[in-house]
Amino acid sequence: MQWSDDAIVLGVRRHGEAGLVVQLLTRDHGRHAGLVRGGQGRRLRPIYQTGNRVIATWKARLSEHLGSLTAELLQGHAARLMEDPGRLATLASAAAMAEMAVPEREPHVGLFEDLAALLEALDRDAGWAVSYVMWEMRLLTELGFGLDLSRCAATGTTDSLVYVSPKSGQAVSAEAGEPYKDKLLSLPPFLLREGEGSNPAEVLAGLDLTGFFLERRIFEPHGKTLPPARSRFVDVLRRMATISGG
Amino acid sequence: MWVRTSASRPMNELDRLIQLLGRLPGLGPRSARRAVLHLVKKRESLMQPLAAALAEAAERIRPCPICGNLDTTEPCAICRDPRRDAASICVVEDVADLWAIERSAAFAGRYHVLGGTLSALDGISPEDLHIEALVARAGSGEVAEVILAMNATVEGQTTAHYILDRLQGTGIKVSRLAHGVPVGGELDYLDEGTLSAALSARRVL
Repeated sequence: MQWSDDAIVLGVRRHGEAGLVVQLLTRDHGRHAGLVRGGQGRRLRPIYQTGNRVIATWKARLSEHLGSLTAELLQGHAARLMEDPGRLATLASAAAMAEMAVPEREPHVGLFEDLAALLEALDRDAGWAVSYVMWEMRLLTELGFGLDLSRCAATGTTDSLVYVSPKSGQAVSAEAGEPYKDKLLSLPPFLLREGEGSNPAEVLAGLDLTGFFLERRIFEPHGKTLPPARSRFVDVLRRMATISGG
Repeated sequence: MWVRTSASRPMNELDRLIQLLGRLPGLGPRSARRAVLHLVKKRESLMQPLAAALAEAAERIRPCPICGNLDTTEPCAICRDPRRDAASICVVEDVADLWAIERSAAFAGRYHVLGGTLSALDGISPEDLHIEALVARAGSGEVAEVILAMNATVEGQTTAHYILDRLQGTGIKVSRLAHGVPVGGELDYLDEGTLSAALSARRVL
């Protein structure tokens, strides 16, 4: 068995004295692990950093084996983001979420493209926090638990959508949601505008919303909770919002 | 079990020694056998002093309650040394990193060993590292600068940013090691991450 594929490094774990077990999100082979011989060495360690884009080659005698990996670096996102605490926390959170939420060896081309786009946004966009929330929205959709924010679940109206039902994941209008507003989740307006025009408080509300559904629908059924890297990302963002007065 | 013993023969002292040495980093079964043969041949000049040294080290070496360094005294020799600058603390991931900086003889302050880095994959959270002890040391009033000497990995830098957050508001200067071109390094052979870090951290001459 052998394949080569475009991939993003999600995480690494030491294996023995010199090896690494690397988790990748590949374009056509889904989330896939492999053993990198000599991966802890000076030459290979910079390649296998979380968030780096690589061309990976995986080999094994049988498909169910762990197999061995080799990789060539395409884009060193990790090194570019290390200086910036917010962007680095975003990268760590996205990688940890993908590592925990995406099923192993199940192709999700959309998820790969979305994560690659998020990494590009982290490299250059000022609105990377919004890009992250939109990425979590797409993660929910790709895994089959997308939110329906197109119209009100109760009245069908498309106007003044300000809540989301925690049960159905559908938007609810201000009028229909008024009697139940303590039980409904807040819908930040930028999610209705594909991320356009947001402020830090809205981004944090967006993270609360996606975090609720990710935890409830993806992690809890498997006895897991949201990864600590995501909580740290939210903490960093909250601190940045406080400093900037958002 | 990789130690070759016959089915009728229980594992003897020699096999046990080979098995134990084979667990050391850098030694496999073959090199463990060679090491054991060498020790047996040099019984008096090497094996017995080594056994005594190991027993003594196992008995006496303890982590320093202040910095986490390994030593036979509490506090360790570095924390007790009055010639070292108590106002500077260099934070490292492991004792091996402390030794590496000591070998360079470039730092005359004191250390703080974290015992690892934050890692989502390995489930290492801030509570698993000696971060609270660092914050307490930094708040003692004696410290003026904390140098974050973490590895240039995503985990290492995530930990550095976390510590920076924890130390904010204390008024202590927090710095970190530079990232860039190593001494003797040729640009043509450097990975793009190191090059971009070196460019973004360039200095005016």
